[in-house]
Amino acid sequence: MTTIRYANDKFELEPNESVLECLTNHGVPVPFSCRSGVCQTCLMRATGGKLPETSQQGLKDSLKLQNYFLACVCYPDADLEVALPDDKDVQAVIPATVLSLKLLNAEIMHVELVCHEPIDYRAGQFINLFQHQTLGRSYSLASVPHEDDHLHLHVRRLPQGRVSGWIHDELRPGETVEIRGPGGDCFYIPGNNDQGLILIGTGSGLAPLYGIIRDALSQGHTGPIHLFHGSRDLNGLYLTGELRDLVNQYSNFNYVPCLSGEDVPHGYVAGRAHDVAFQQIPNLKNWRLFLCGHPDMVKTAKMKAFLAGASMKDIYADAFNVSKSS
Amino acid sequence: MSEQSLYEQLGGEAAVNAAVDIFYRKVLSDDRISAFFEDVDMEKQAAKQKAFLTMAFGGPHNYTGLDMRKGHAHLVARGLNDSHVDAVIEDLGATLRELGVKEELIAQVAAIAESTRNDVLDR
Ligand code: HEM
Repeated sequence: MTTIRYANDKFELEPNESVLECLTNHGVPVPFSCRSGVCQTCLMRATGGKLPETSQQGLKDSLKLQNYFLACVCYPDADLEVALPDDKDVQAVIPATVLSLKLLNAEIMHVELVCHEPIDYRAGQFINLFQHQTLGRSYSLASVPHEDDHLHLHVRRLPQGRVSGWIHDELRPGETVEIRGPGGDCFYIPGNNDQGLILIGTGSGLAPLYGIIRDALSQGHTGPIHLFHGSRDLNGLYLTGELRDLVNQYSNFNYVPCLSGEDVPHGYVAGRAHDVAFQQIPNLKNWRLFLCGHPDMVKTAKMKAFLAGASMKDIYADAFNVSKSS
Repeated sequence: MSEQSLYEQLGGEAAVNAAVDIFYRKVLSDDRISAFFEDVDMEKQAAKQKAFLTMAFGGPHNYTGLDMRKGHAHLVARGLNDSHVDAVIEDLGATLRELGVKEELIAQVAAIAESTRNDVLDR
């Protein structure tokens, strides 16, 4: 008998019953629509057990790697533990100690954390950092698991941002905070090594991109990698020295700092990051894109990239909405 | 001549995968209907386009007429009418033509889409 574990319940799977049928028959409110593995409304995540391959058909690679599956076409042979994608209790809280805090520019703090337990993440994913039990915010990881010993975050101070204000003004090295994660599907997947990558970020949207770029380079990505980092003025850019070093080190890496304000010194390109990117590379067929930062930028850039020929499965995005970054 | 279903003749799931980006691009750039597709998560929307194409290609699906009514009711409330269904069927035909599908099969796909018109428009 195969059992499906969901939250604190255990249900027995009837013969020829899908996980969706099993759960909904027992009153679990799993949303669904097409019931044939296409519309992806019944997306769930396996937290234990082995998924049949067919239950992941048509999903983006980054979701497959995180054990997401479609409940309506999932007929497992062995026990499975499942959760809805937004179930918060899937991951345990891990304590982490602040190793260092360093301003990257006037607004953005580099936070280095030492986890008390190993955390299995991919560069570009995010964690939630808690000021106290009920007050937490998501921050993207700029570190790379096999390159960096600790977790790196870029925390932008937001006007009236409770958590970001606390991190900037009160948090000190040596203090221990609680984190949960990782989450998010905006990361580099090895394979297709010569595909061109375009990364577009605004503000602290550079954090995940910096991780993704270093991850791709260290995993031997050979295709061109173009980073467009945008801000209003010079003060909003950061890590420019590190990025220029990477340009010198890797011939396939190109860094384009973009300024949307009036004053554009030599060495910078005038315009918003996504406008500059799509001007320089108008045909996006076969390119892989990573879009991180301001939600309006991410939304517009996603649409433009798709219309310019990029395939939907090649567009990875992380919109920093306010509750996520404040 | 052949015993193959329309879906098989078109190439099944691979055909849906080949068509989805082209079709979705057409819909988003079609001023007559693009407004209905704004403000939705593009990723989720792309999956729904696949559901639509699978259905129109005569592929396996579990949608009922009632599902179509419910699924588009919020759009009918926003003014969805015959001209929009025409536009979708036109974009669908243009997509298939771009993929080199024979006119005879395109007509069959259009007929399937056409058969759902009253359900989609909830009347
Ligand atoms: C021609 C016949 C049509 C058929 C057979 C059809 C079929 C479908 C199907 C199967 C879905 C997915 C439902 C789901 O699983 O949630 C869907 C969703 C959708 N359809 Fe249609 N459709 C038709 C016409 C149209 C037209 C004319 C428009 C607007 C111009 C439209 C706009 C949409 C939108 C926006 C969604 C997504 C709704 C949501 O996200 O909740 N459809 N359609």
